[in-house]
Amino acid sequence: MPEGQTIIEQLEQIQQSALRALEMVQDEAALQEWRVAHLGRHSSVMQIFSHLSEVPKEERPRIGQRANQVKQALEAALEARAKQLKRLALERSLTSERLDVTLPGRQPVRGRLHPTTQTLRKIYSIFADMGFQIYRSRDVETDEYNFELLNIPAYHPARDMWDTFHTTRPGVILRTHTSPGQIHAMREFAPEPVRVILPGMCYRYEQISARSEIQFNQVEVLAVGRKITFSDMKGTLNDFARRMFGAQARTRLRPSYFPFTEPSAEMDVECFVCGGKGCQICKGSGWLEIMGCGMVHPIVLQNGGYDPRQYSGFAAGMGPERITLLLHRIEDIRYFWANDVRFLTQF
Amino acid sequence: MKVPLSWLKDYVDIDMPLHEIARALTMLGLEVDEVRLVGLPMPVQEQHEFRFTGLSWETDKIVVAQINEVMPHPNADRLVLCRLYDGTQELVILTGAPNLYPYKGQGALEKPLKVAYAREGAKIYDGHQPGQVLTTLKRTKIRGFESFSMVCSEKELGISDEHEGVIILDDDAPTGMPLVDYMGDAVFDISILPNMIRNACIVGVARELAALTNKPLRKPKRTQPMDGPSIEGQVAIQITDSNLNPRFVVGLLRGAVPRPSPYWVQRRLRLAGMRPINSIVDATNYVMLELGEPLHAFDYDVLVKRADGKAPTIITRAAKQGEVLTTLDGIERKLDDFTILVCDTAGALSLAGVMGGLESEVTEQTRNVLLEGATWNFINTRRTVAAQKLSSEAAYRFARGIHPALALEGVELGLDRMAAWSGGQIAAGFVDAYPKPAVDPVVTLSEADVQRHLGIALSAKQIAALLRRLEFECTVNGSVVLAKTPPHRLDIGSDVVGQADLIEEIARHYGYDVIPETRLSDSLPPQRGNPLLDREEQLRDTLVNLGLQEIVTYRLTAPEREARLLEVANAPYVELANPIAPERRVLRRSLLASVLEVAERNSRLSDRLALFEIGPVFLPVAEKALPVEQARLAIVLSGERNPAAWDRSAGEPYDFYDLKGILEALFDALHINPVEYLPIEHSYYHPGKCARICAGETTFGVFGELHPLVKERYEFGSAPVLAAELDLSSILDLMPERYETRAVPVFPPVLEDIAVVVDENVPAERVRAVIQQAGGKLLTEIRLFDIFRGSQIGAGKKSMAYSLTYQAPDRTMTDQEAAQVRQRIIRRLEQELGAKIRSQ
Ligand SMILES: [Zn+2]
Repeated sequence: MPEGQTIIEQLEQIQQSALRALEMVQDEAALQEWRVAHLGRHSSVMQIFSHLSEVPKEERPRIGQRANQVKQALEAALEARAKQLKRLALERSLTSERLDVTLPGRQPVRGRLHPTTQTLRKIYSIFADMGFQIYRSRDVETDEYNFELLNIPAYHPARDMWDTFHTTRPGVILRTHTSPGQIHAMREFAPEPVRVILPGMCYRYEQISARSEIQFNQVEVLAVGRKITFSDMKGTLNDFARRMFGAQARTRLRPSYFPFTEPSAEMDVECFVCGGKGCQICKGSGWLEIMGCGMVHPIVLQNGGYDPRQYSGFAAGMGPERITLLLHRIEDIRYFWANDVRFLTQF
Repeated sequence: MKVPLSWLKDYVDIDMPLHEIARALTMLGLEVDEVRLVGLPMPVQEQHEFRFTGLSWETDKIVVAQINEVMPHPNADRLVLCRLYDGTQELVILTGAPNLYPYKGQGALEKPLKVAYAREGAKIYDGHQPGQVLTTLKRTKIRGFESFSMVCSEKELGISDEHEGVIILDDDAPTGMPLVDYMGDAVFDISILPNMIRNACIVGVARELAALTNKPLRKPKRTQPMDGPSIEGQVAIQITDSNLNPRFVVGLLRGAVPRPSPYWVQRRLRLAGMRPINSIVDATNYVMLELGEPLHAFDYDVLVKRADGKAPTIITRAAKQGEVLTTLDGIERKLDDFTILVCDTAGALSLAGVMGGLESEVTEQTRNVLLEGATWNFINTRRTVAAQKLSSEAAYRFARGIHPALALEGVELGLDRMAAWSGGQIAAGFVDAYPKPAVDPVVTLSEADVQRHLGIALSAKQIAALLRRLEFECTVNGSVVLAKTPPHRLDIGSDVVGQADLIEEIARHYGYDVIPETRLSDSLPPQRGNPLLDREEQLRDTLVNLGLQEIVTYRLTAPEREARLLEVANAPYVELANPIAPERRVLRRSLLASVLEVAERNSRLSDRLALFEIGPVFLPVAEKALPVEQARLAIVLSGERNPAAWDRSAGEPYDFYDLKGILEALFDALHINPVEYLPIEHSYYHPGKCARICAGETTFGVFGELHPLVKERYEFGSAPVLAAELDLSSILDLMPERYETRAVPVFPPVLEDIAVVVDENVPAERVRAVIQQAGGKLLTEIRLFDIFRGSQIGAGKKSMAYSLTYQAPDRTMTDQEAAQVRQRIIRRLEQELGAKIRSQ
C-alpha cells in the first residue's frame, strides 16, 4: 500500500489530467465518455475510494476528504462543461438555421369587397355619425317619381340633363338618379323630420367610354325638418368632405341648377392630386366636382307631403364610383363593372 | 356661350384681372370652362384656377401697321410685295394673301390698308399647319426675297381658323400701336345652366357682373335714326294661337346693301363662335348674342311678291301633321302638329324660332329687310328640335324660354345695327302683335324667409338692395320686401316657388362662399336604422372573410347572353325601348348568369376564382307596371383550392364540398340553423352534384357543379365550375335577431371513435341524424373523419368513421354511462340503417 502522501499526490494528478481531458471534450457523447472515465465506478478517483480501507487508519480522513474534494471538483467541472457545450451547440444551430427572409410568405386567401362597396361603406358611416339613416328604393321607376314629382315636367328644359333609358312599357324607366327615393322616403315619413341617405344603382343612356357608364351608383342625402338651412347644408357637406378626403380638404360651393332644389349648388373639393395647382385630373381648374346639392324645392316638399311654408330641407347627390376614381386615380370608369381580378385585387 | 371681354366691357366697367373675372362668373353660377387669350397676356398667379389657352401678342413684336402700296412680285403671280409702315420705319414685305391682290399695281394707296403686322422673332401660330402650332418668325429667303416678318391672318394670331387672307383692320386702327392694346382680348367659355338662359347673351353676363360689383349696367342703345316712311300698312300680322306665339314684332329697313361687316363686328362674331356672313345676317346674330333675342330677317320684296304685290300678311300657326317646308339648309322637312310655323298667305316661310325657310331668306340681292322678333312656346320649340334633329342658336334659346319684352328691344337694336353696317333707312314704328302680354310675378319675401332658408340674417333693406341690382323693382314694407320681376326673365315663379327663386338670387349675389357653415340643429327623426341592409352587409363581410371576392356587374344584359345558362328563350324580360347596344337591351333575370360571365373573363387570368355578387334580378309581373326586383346572392368557385407556390405544388381543384363548406360556414356565421341540403335535379347543374338549400319548408337556394354541357358554352378551363344562386331576402329573414350561447363545459368529456358500415346509397346526413337522435343530449359532438370503401367491407358498402364526444353538463361521465349511450347508438344504427359496426 503506498504512502498517504503518495496518494495525495496521485489525486492531484488525477484531477489535473481529468480537467485537461475535459477541455478536449467537444460534444455530448465525449462528455458521457469522460464522465464514465473520470467519475465512473472504475475511474481513478473512485478506485481510491474503494481502496481507502487499505490506507493506514490515521491517514484515511485526510485522504478521504481530499478524494471527495477532487470528485466534487470534477463533477462541477463536468456540469460547467455540459452547460458550455449546450450553449455552443445552440449557437451553432442558430447560425446554421438561417432562412431567406426575402422568400414570399404563405398568405391566407383573402376576399375583398368591390371598391364601390368600400366607398359606399365610408359614405354610410360618415353620414351615420351625423344621424342619417339609409333608405333604399327600386331601380325601375315611373316617369312620375323619377321626373314629374321632382319638379321636372315633360318637355321641361331640365330633362336634357338626363339621358333616360325607357322600357317598352310607357311611363316606366330606369331611374336616372336616386332622387325618386326622396319622394318615397318623404311620403313614408311625413310629417316626421327626415334625415336619410339614399344609395342605389342608376342608369343613363350614354355611350360606354372611359369617362361614362350606363350604370353607376349614386348616394343621395336628404334632410327635411322645421329649421334646416342652406348654412346647415354647407356645414354638413363640408363635414362629410373633410372626413372623406382628409381634414385639410378645402371645398367650395358654387351656384348650379337642379329642378328639384333651389338654391342649387355644386360642391368642389380642392384637387388632391395637384393640391389645387391644376393638373390633368382636375382639367387645370384645381377643383374636383364631387356633388350636386341644394335646398329642397318647395314643389318637391309639397309632393313629399310637407308644407313648404313650415318645412325646409336640403338634398345632395354624389357618385361613389367617381369618388373612388378620384381617390385612387383610376383612369377608366369601365373598370368598375368589368371586374377584372387584376383591378379588384388592388383594393 | 363664348363671351369676349372687350364686348362685355361695352356694358359694364371691369377692372378685375382675368382670373378674378373667371372666378366671379363661376361663383355666380356662370361656370367658366376655359379662358382663351386672344392677344392679352397670360395671367401670372400662384394658383391657376382656370384653364387659360390661346396666344398672347408681344407688345413690341405684333403691331398695327399700314400698307401704303401693294406691288406685284417680279416672278411669282401668287405673291405680292407690300410697302409697309410699322410706325417706326417703312419696309417692303412679301405676302401671298389673296385679299391683297385687288390692290396690286395701283401705286401708292389713297387710303392705306391697316393690318396686323408681326416682326421678326414674333411668336404666332403657323398658318399652314392644321390646328394651332406655335412658331417663331425667322429670317428666310422666299423666291430670292429675304423675308423676316409678316402681315397676319386671324389664324396666325389665334383669333379664328380663318386663313384665306390677312386681316384688314378698320381704318381707325392707329399705326404703330401694339396690336394687343388695339384689340387684345380674352374669351370666357361659360356653361349656361338651364334656368339661366337669360344670361346666354353678353348683356346678361354683364348684368351679373354689374350686380356683383355694384356698378351700372350700360344697356345697348340705338344710334341710327328711325325716321323712314312708317311701317304702318306695309305688313299685317295674324297670330292664330297666343299660347304658341305670345308676341310677334316686325320692323322694316329699306334700301340696305348687304356687304361685309366692319372688321370689329366680324371679329366679335368669330370670337363668340359664329361665322360672319354679311352685314344684314351679321346684325341679327350680333343682336342675338348681345341681347339674347334671336331675330329673323326676311327679304321683304320676296314677301310682297308672294302676296301678289300687296302688303304681306304674316300668319303664325301650328303646322298640319305632315306639312312640308324646305329650310335654308336645303332640307325638305316633314312637320308635326306641334311645330310652329311662320307663314304668309302663300304658305309656310320658316320653322318658328328654329330655322328660316329657303325662299324668303336674305341674299346679296336683298335691299328691303323685314326683321322679325318673336316669342315662341318653349315646349313646342323643344319638341320640334327633337323631332327634326335640328338645332340652332335661336332654337337653343327659344327652347328654354325667352321673355316677350326682348322681342321689341331686339327688333329695334337689330334694325339699328343693320342700318349702321348696311346703310338704308329704318321705317318709323313697328308692327307689334302682343296678344298675351307677359305677367312679371311680384313676390313677397320676408327677412324671416331668408333666415329660415339660408341661415343668414339680412334686413329687408339689404334684401331689396341685392335684388335691385338685378333689376327687380322692390318695395320695402317693414320686414317684408315686395319684388317685381324685371322684364327679361321667365325663371321667377310666384308664391312659395317665387320665394325660393328669389332666395337663390340672394344667395348667389350674397355669395355662397360667405354664407356660414353650421351643423344641423333640427331634431333627429326616429331612429329606425336599416336592419335589412345591416344584415346584407354582415353577409358580405362573412363571404369576404371566407376568401371570396365581391363583384358588381351590369344589370343590363341580353336574353341570348343569359340563355347560355338558363336555356329559356322566351321568358319575359323588362325590355328597353332605347337600348344603347343590343347586348344590353334587357334587365337581367339571373344574377348567376352575370357572375359566370365575369368568372369566364377572369378564368384565364387567375388560377383560383372565388366570386360573389349581391344584387337584384328583375322579373316582370303581367298586370303590373313595375317588375319585381328580387335581391339575390350568387357565388362562383373555380380553379385551384390552393394555388401553387414556391414551397408547394398546386392542390386539388375546387369541388362541390368547397362550395358547400362556404355555404355552411356562411349560415353558421349568420346563425341560421338548421339548414338542410337535399339532392335535386336542376337544368344547369350536374345531376349528381347539385343540392337545394332548405330551412324548414322553404327552399332558398340551389348550388352545385355546373352541368358539363352548360359549362361547354363558356370558355372555362378543365376545372369544374361550382355555382350557387340564393334568394337574399330569405337569408336575411332567416337571420335571427339574437342567438344564445352554451356554457363552456367544466367536466371532462369521454371521446371515442365508431366506424359504421352502411349501404353506399345511405346519405351521410341520415347516419348523422340517427347517431344524434340515439345519442341524445349527452352526445355533444359528432365528427365524420373518414369514409372508407374496399373489399374488406364488401361491395356497395361504405364505412364511415365518426369521432364522438360524450359529455354531461353537471358531472363527470363514467365509462359505463358512455358505453350505455354507445350501445344505444349502435342498436339504432343497426335497426334503422342495417348498419354494421366495425371493430376498431
Ligand atoms: Zn389637379
